[in-house]
Amino acid sequence: MNILEVKNLSVKFDTPDGVVNAVNDISFTIGTGKTLAIVGESGSGKSQTAFGIMGLLPKNGHAAGSVNYMDTEILNLREAEMNRFRANEIAMIFQDPMTSLNPYMRISKQLTEVLIHHKGMRKGEALKESIRMLDAVQIPDAANRVHMYPHEFSGGMRQRVMIAMSLLCGPKLLIADEPTTALDVTVQAEIMDLLIDLQEDFGMAIILITHDMAIVAGTCEDTLVMFGGNVMEYRPTLDLFDNPEHPYTKGLLEAVPRLDQDVQTLSTVSYDFLEGGKP
Amino acid sequence: MNQPILSVKDIKVWFDVRDDDAGGLLPKTKKLKAVDGVSFDLMPGETLGIVGESGCGKSTLARSIIRLVKATSGEAFWMGRDLLKLSNADMLAVRKDIQMIFQDPLASLNPRMTCGEIIAEPLKTHFSRMKKPERREKVRQMMEKVGMDPAWINRYPHEFSGGQCQRIGIARALITNPKLIICDEPVSALDVSVQAQVVNLLMALQAELGISLLFIAHDLSVVKHISSRIMVLYFGNVVEIGSAKQVTEDPQHEYTQKLIASVPIPDPRKEMARREIRRAKRAAAAG
Repeated sequence: MNILEVKNLSVKFDTPDGVVNAVNDISFTIGTGKTLAIVGESGSGKSQTAFGIMGLLPKNGHAAGSVNYMDTEILNLREAEMNRFRANEIAMIFQDPMTSLNPYMRISKQLTEVLIHHKGMRKGEALKESIRMLDAVQIPDAANRVHMYPHEFSGGMRQRVMIAMSLLCGPKLLIADEPTTALDVTVQAEIMDLLIDLQEDFGMAIILITHDMAIVAGTCEDTLVMFGGNVMEYRPTLDLFDNPEHPYTKGLLEAVPRLDQDVQTLSTVSYDFLEGGKP
Repeated sequence: MNQPILSVKDIKVWFDVRDDDAGGLLPKTKKLKAVDGVSFDLMPGETLGIVGESGCGKSTLARSIIRLVKATSGEAFWMGRDLLKLSNADMLAVRKDIQMIFQDPLASLNPRMTCGEIIAEPLKTHFSRMKKPERREKVRQMMEKVGMDPAWINRYPHEFSGGQCQRIGIARALITNPKLIICDEPVSALDVSVQAQVVNLLMALQAELGISLLFIAHDLSVVKHISSRIMVLYFGNVVEIGSAKQVTEDPQHEYTQKLIASVPIPDPRKEMARREIRRAKRAAAAG
């Protein structure tokens, strides 16, 4: 069964220089408990796709098409209605955990207010649940550290706090927008492993937005490659890596140096597939 | 030929930072040992990759060699002379031979100077007697060499993409015919397709001009691709140094092994197997 069906989603922005088409008519589905990767370089529209789905576009942004979450149309819902879906059903984590956490508030306050607001829990109960969740994302000494401020945590630990916060209400879908890009590679591996473990424990679906094909390889069942707001290729990850059909996908895979291979010269991405050549 | 062009011996960079744990009424300081006794040799025409995580001291090490930060102790012999003991005037002369490329291509270019002025700047410093037409001609040649259209000479940095800005940075570094270029995370801010172009350009230029590179990056895959030898830094110390092949295929130190096990590989079957190995290790560590 599909948890999310996106049909002909477009995202446009009104700018002083005219309308900018950030996402053009893209469609995809994600099954319950499955993982989908949306891969692309900067400006490909991968983040705007997520913002469009979540109703987080700025005032000059417009989303059109259809986003169906478990038989309910959620695209362009009114703010109050959308808030019922956020956190409870769909949660999101972002690239930079420092800017997503409030530096003036203790972690305990930031976590418990999610539960108090969305679940109507009492303070004591909410705190207990928050500590349990910090334990689940493997923050050592969670019962004490819950009372600290964000700056007292390292980057990796902050991202764990963000993950804990996003999972508090037991969402069925987690959208992770470049969750490890700001982190060191050993921490990145820990966070990705953690996300996959949590997914198995909690049975949620994940949309992973990233620029890094190597991260996609180990984590996602399906992969959607975007370029310039369009879908280049959308297939099961194994097929896509074994036999990339689109020249852009092929280019992306070959342009990255690999630890397990030696090449003399890196091949560069060819934009011959675009009418009119290089962007 | 087998004389190192740069020989760094036991270099230390310690900073005074406030010690919050020290108690007492007056603020106390403690030493932050950013670089704590690093030694290495760099041969002519060689690329030495320096890898490590954020905060391991890799940038501070590079900056201390060309005296952008003051080293606490140690020696850095550049063709027989200790850079750390040179007078400012002598150091200026040496800077003609040692140039640097930075991480953020746009931030390292003055937004109020044109691309041509930026590339010409080192010529004004080091070859002050050169006449303007000759300088301009050199800039045009250099732009062509790094794959830019010389017709763009009067454009400003904001008119270029990130990859093009990095080419301007490379042109500026090359214009004085240096013997060594220190590249501090030169491709980490770039998209992968652009990263490949810049890496290829650096390697081609090095092969053509025979310059040495100190290539600092956190991405071990890129470092392995471009370097002949790799040095792994961890908390200001060298934990491992060896040929790129040896370090990546047969790492000796525990930290290098963890680093290599964490670098993702764009191959679904290998990646899933590696995750299972990491999972088993975690389970074993947890008892």
